[in-house]
Amino acid sequence: MFFKPSYFAAVSLAFAASLAQAQISDGVVKIGVLSDMSSLYSDIGGGGSVVAARMAIADFPAKGMKVELVSADHLNKPDVGSSIARQWYDVDKVDVIVDVPTSSIALAISQITREKGKAFLVSGAATSDLTGKACSPNTIHWTYDTWMLANGTGNAIVKTGGDSWYFITADYAFGLALERDTEAVVLKHGGKVLGKVRHPLNAQDFSSFLLQAQASKAKIIGLANAGGDTTNSIKQAAEFGIVKGGQSLAGMLVFLSDIHGLGLDKAQGLIFTETFYWDLNDQTRAFAKRFAAANSGKYPTMVQAGVYSAITHYLKAVQAGKTDDGTKVIAKMKELPTDDPLFGKGTVRADGRKLHPAYLVEVKKPSESKGPYDYYKIRATIPADQAFRPLNEGGCPLVK
Amino acid sequence: MEIFGIPTQALFGQLLIGLINGSFYALLSLGLAVIFGLLNIINFTHGAQYMMGAFCAYFLLTKLGIGYWWALAIAPLAVGTIGMVIERLMLARLYKLDHLYGLLLTFGLALIIQGLFRNEYGTSGIPYALPQELSGGRNLGFMFLPNYRAWVILASIVVCLATWFVIEKTRLGAYLRAATENPQLVQAFGINVPRMITLTYGFGVALAAFAGVMAAPIYQVNPLMGADLIIVVFAVVVIGGMGSIMGSIVTGFALGLIEGLTKVFYPEASNTVIFIIMAIVLMIKPAGLFGTQR
Amino acid sequence: MSAVHELAPDAASRAEGLAHQRIATAVMVAFFALAPLVAYPVFLMKVMCFALFACAFNLLIGYGGLLSFGHAMFLGTAGYASAHAAKVWGFPPEFAILFGTACSALLGLVTGLLAIRRQGIYFAMITLALAQMVYFFYLQAPFTGGEDGIQAVPRGKLFGLLDLNSVWAMYALVFAVFVGGFLLIHRAVHSPFGQVLKAIRENEARALSLGYDVNRYKLLAYVLSATLAGLAGATKVLVFELASLTDVHWTMSGEVVLMVLLGGLGTVFGPVIGALIIIAMENYLAQIGSWVTVVQGVIFVICVLTFRRGVIGELGRLIGKPL
Repeated sequence: MFFKPSYFAAVSLAFAASLAQAQISDGVVKIGVLSDMSSLYSDIGGGGSVVAARMAIADFPAKGMKVELVSADHLNKPDVGSSIARQWYDVDKVDVIVDVPTSSIALAISQITREKGKAFLVSGAATSDLTGKACSPNTIHWTYDTWMLANGTGNAIVKTGGDSWYFITADYAFGLALERDTEAVVLKHGGKVLGKVRHPLNAQDFSSFLLQAQASKAKIIGLANAGGDTTNSIKQAAEFGIVKGGQSLAGMLVFLSDIHGLGLDKAQGLIFTETFYWDLNDQTRAFAKRFAAANSGKYPTMVQAGVYSAITHYLKAVQAGKTDDGTKVIAKMKELPTDDPLFGKGTVRADGRKLHPAYLVEVKKPSESKGPYDYYKIRATIPADQAFRPLNEGGCPLVK
Repeated sequence: MEIFGIPTQALFGQLLIGLINGSFYALLSLGLAVIFGLLNIINFTHGAQYMMGAFCAYFLLTKLGIGYWWALAIAPLAVGTIGMVIERLMLARLYKLDHLYGLLLTFGLALIIQGLFRNEYGTSGIPYALPQELSGGRNLGFMFLPNYRAWVILASIVVCLATWFVIEKTRLGAYLRAATENPQLVQAFGINVPRMITLTYGFGVALAAFAGVMAAPIYQVNPLMGADLIIVVFAVVVIGGMGSIMGSIVTGFALGLIEGLTKVFYPEASNTVIFIIMAIVLMIKPAGLFGTQR
Repeated sequence: MSAVHELAPDAASRAEGLAHQRIATAVMVAFFALAPLVAYPVFLMKVMCFALFACAFNLLIGYGGLLSFGHAMFLGTAGYASAHAAKVWGFPPEFAILFGTACSALLGLVTGLLAIRRQGIYFAMITLALAQMVYFFYLQAPFTGGEDGIQAVPRGKLFGLLDLNSVWAMYALVFAVFVGGFLLIHRAVHSPFGQVLKAIRENEARALSLGYDVNRYKLLAYVLSATLAGLAGATKVLVFELASLTDVHWTMSGEVVLMVLLGGLGTVFGPVIGALIIIAMENYLAQIGSWVTVVQGVIFVICVLTFRRGVIGELGRLIGKPL
C-alpha cells in the first residue's frame, strides 16, 4: 500500500501519457467507493453502494475498457476519509471517488479531488454547498441535496399548516446546512422558528433534546439529521408521548432503510422527499429485484441508486472522451445528457448539480402495504427544473 | 409555570433525565469502586462489560426468546463469570507490579472487546424493545414520566443500597474490607483471599452488566455504548473517593442531577461540568469527597 | 514503573552505550532521509509526527515516571491553534507551528499545575479528565468546526521562500522538526536536569531530602513533554491540511501509550519504533476492515503481560546495551 516499486515506471508512463493527448491512465479506469460501512449511515450507502457500483460496471458495455473497483470505510471521520482519498489518488491510482454519505467528508474530498485533478461523484452527502460556495469543476453532486429537501418537504409541511418549527439538528456540515435551508423556506412562507438544539453525530440518547422540543410547543419538530439519528429521535419521541401531545415530527431526510428499521406502525404518515423509489416503474422494479438478490434482500435506497446512475454516466463520458482525466471527464459529463433506468432522462448543470425529478412521498399505513418494502405513496412529483436550487442563487464561482 | 425563567416541564424533565443518567453513573461507579477498593486496579474494561451486559440481553431475547426480566438475572451472571476468568488468567499476574499495568491491561481488553463487537455489529445501535409491563407512562401535570425510566431509578437505588449494606454491614463485607487492608493477615486467618478477590471482581463486573441490561431499552444496544460513558464514571469515582462505596452512590446520583440542571441553564457546559467538579475536588480534597487517603 | 529501572545503565557502560546510541541515531536519521524514495512520503511524515509525539510522551513516563492518559490534548490543541492561525489569520507556516506549540506549552503549564500534585493512578485519572474537558470544549467551540474540523489548512511558504505544497519541501520540514525534537529530548535527558529527574523517579523521598524541589522538576518535565507533543501536532496539521476531533479524543491518548509501551518505555528509540509499527499496522489493516482496535488491544495485553520491555527494550537487552 505504501511501497511504490513501480514509482519510476509510473513516472515515465505518465510522461508518455501526457505526450499522447487522450489516454486512460495506466490503462485502467479505477473507481473508489468511499462510504460509511459500519456506523449510522451504513444502511443508506455502505455495502449497498458497493453492490450498486458493481452492477453499474457489469451493466455497462465496456468495449475493451478495463474498469476496477475498490472500496473503503471512512468511519464518518474527516481525517480518515481524507487520508484514504489522498492515498487512493497518490498511490493506488484511483480515478474517481463515489458516494461519501457524510457532508463534512465530502467537502474535504471535493477539495482534495480538485487539487489532484481527479473526479468526485457525490451520491450520499447532502450539503447544498457542494454546488454552491464550495462548487468545483471536479465534483458532481448527484442524488439529492439539502435545498431540495427543504423545498420539497419543508414547503409541503408549511403549506398544510405547520407554521411553527423547532429544530433538532445534527451538529455538523450536513445538519447545519439542512437546518439553514429549511429555516429559509419556513420563514419565506410566513412561519416561525421557535428554537434549535444541536446534537452530536450518532447520539444514542435524544431524550434531553426531545424534551426541549416538547417544551417549546412548536407545531412541527424538524429533525435535521439522518440515518440512525433520525430513527432514534422518532422512536424516543414516541416514548415521551410527543406525537400524542399534538406535535408532529418532520423527518427532513429519511430513507427507505430508515422506514424499514422503524416499521410502518411507527413511521406511518411521515412525509418527506426522495428522488428514487424502487416501485416507480418497471425498470426501477427490475433493478430493485436484481439489487436485493445481491444485497441480502435489502432494497436500494436513493443513495445507492445514485451510485449506479453516476457511475453509468461517468463510464459513458470516459468512453466518449477517451480519457479518465478527472477535470475533462466531469466536463464531458456536463456536456452529455444523462439517461439510465433508475432516474430516467436528466442533465448535469454547470455548477455540478445533477437534475432529475423529486417525489413527495407519504409512508403507508401497515394495512396499506402489500409486501416487503412496499412503504410509500407518491403524493406529488416535482419536475427537475423546480426541484433544485436555481443556478444563479447558489453563489458558485464557476457560474458567471 | 416557570421557575427561574425556565418552564417547569423543561426543568423537571431534564432533572428526571439527570436522575436516570445518575442511576447509571451510580451503578457503574459502584462496581468500579468495589473493584478498586479491593484490587487497587482501575477497571478500564468496565465500559465494555456494561456493553456486554446489554448485548447479552439482546442475544437472550433474539436467539433464545428469553425476555428482559430473566436477562436482568442471567446477563450479570454470564458477564460476571467472564470477568472472573479474566481476573484469574490475566489480572492476577499483575498484582505484584505497579498498579498502572493493571490499568493498561484492562484498557487493552476494552479495546479488544469493543473492537470485536464493533466489527460484527457496526456502531449504529440495535434496538431492544421496552418490556411490555413497563411501557407507557404517566402525565404528572408538570411533566410526562415514562414508566420505564422511573423503574430504572428505583432499581438502581435498591441495588446500590443492597450492595452498600452487604459490604459495610455484613460479615462477608467485613472480610472483604479486611482483606483490602491486610491480605496476608486475613489469609493467615484461613480465608481464601485469592478466591475472594476473584469473586469481588466478578461481582463488580456483574454490576456493570446489570446496568447494561437496564440501559438496553433506552440507550440502544451499541458496541461503543460504554466507551465514552466510562470516562465520566471515572470522574464520578474520583470525586466520590476511589474506594468509598457510599461515596460512589451519592456522587453518582448527585452528578447526574447536576448535569441535568446544567443542561437547562447552561447547556454548553453540560458535558464538562463533571470534569470541572473533579478538578476542583482534586485540588481541595485529593482523596475525594468521601474517601480516605491511602 | 518497574520495567524502566532495569534499563538504567551503570557508569562503566555509559560511554560505550552512548556510542551505540549515536550509531542508532544515525541509522534512524538515514532511514527517514532515504525512505521517501521508495515509500509513500505522506505515510512517512505521519510516522515522524507520531514518533515525535511518542518521544515527548516517553519523556514524561520513561524518565519522569508519570503516566499521563490525556496527552492527546496537547497534540490536538497545537493542531487547532496552528490550523486556525494558518487559515484564518494567514500566519506563514513557521509562525503557525510556533503558535500552536506555544499554545500547547501554556496548556501544559496550566494542567501541570493541577495534576502534578498527585501521582500514579490519580495522576493518570486527572490527566484523563482534563483531556476530556479539553475535548468537549473543542467539540462545542465554533472555531474548531466540531465534527467537520478545520479543513483546507494552507501550507503556505516556509520563510516566505519554500512552497510547502511540494511534497519534498514539506517532507524536509517535517524531517527537520522530528530530528530537532528528538535531539532536544536526548539533550534534556542527558543533562543535569535529566539526572535529577531520574533520581526523583527512582526515589522521590531521597531526592527531596537532598534539597531538590521535586514538584518543580516534575512540572518542568511535564511542560517540556506537552510542548514537544504540541510541536508534533502543529506540524501534523500542516501535513494533512486538516485539524479534527480525532486528535483530541481520548483514544488518541491511548494510542500514544500503546506506541511507547510497544516500543519500550524509557528507551531512547522505543517510541520511534513503536510509532512506526502502530501507524504501519493501522495503514495496512484499514483496508481489511475495522480490526485496528482489536489488534491494538491485543498488542496492549501481550505487552503488559509478557513483553513489558517492548521491542527496543528487548533489543537493548539482547545486545547488552541500552537503546
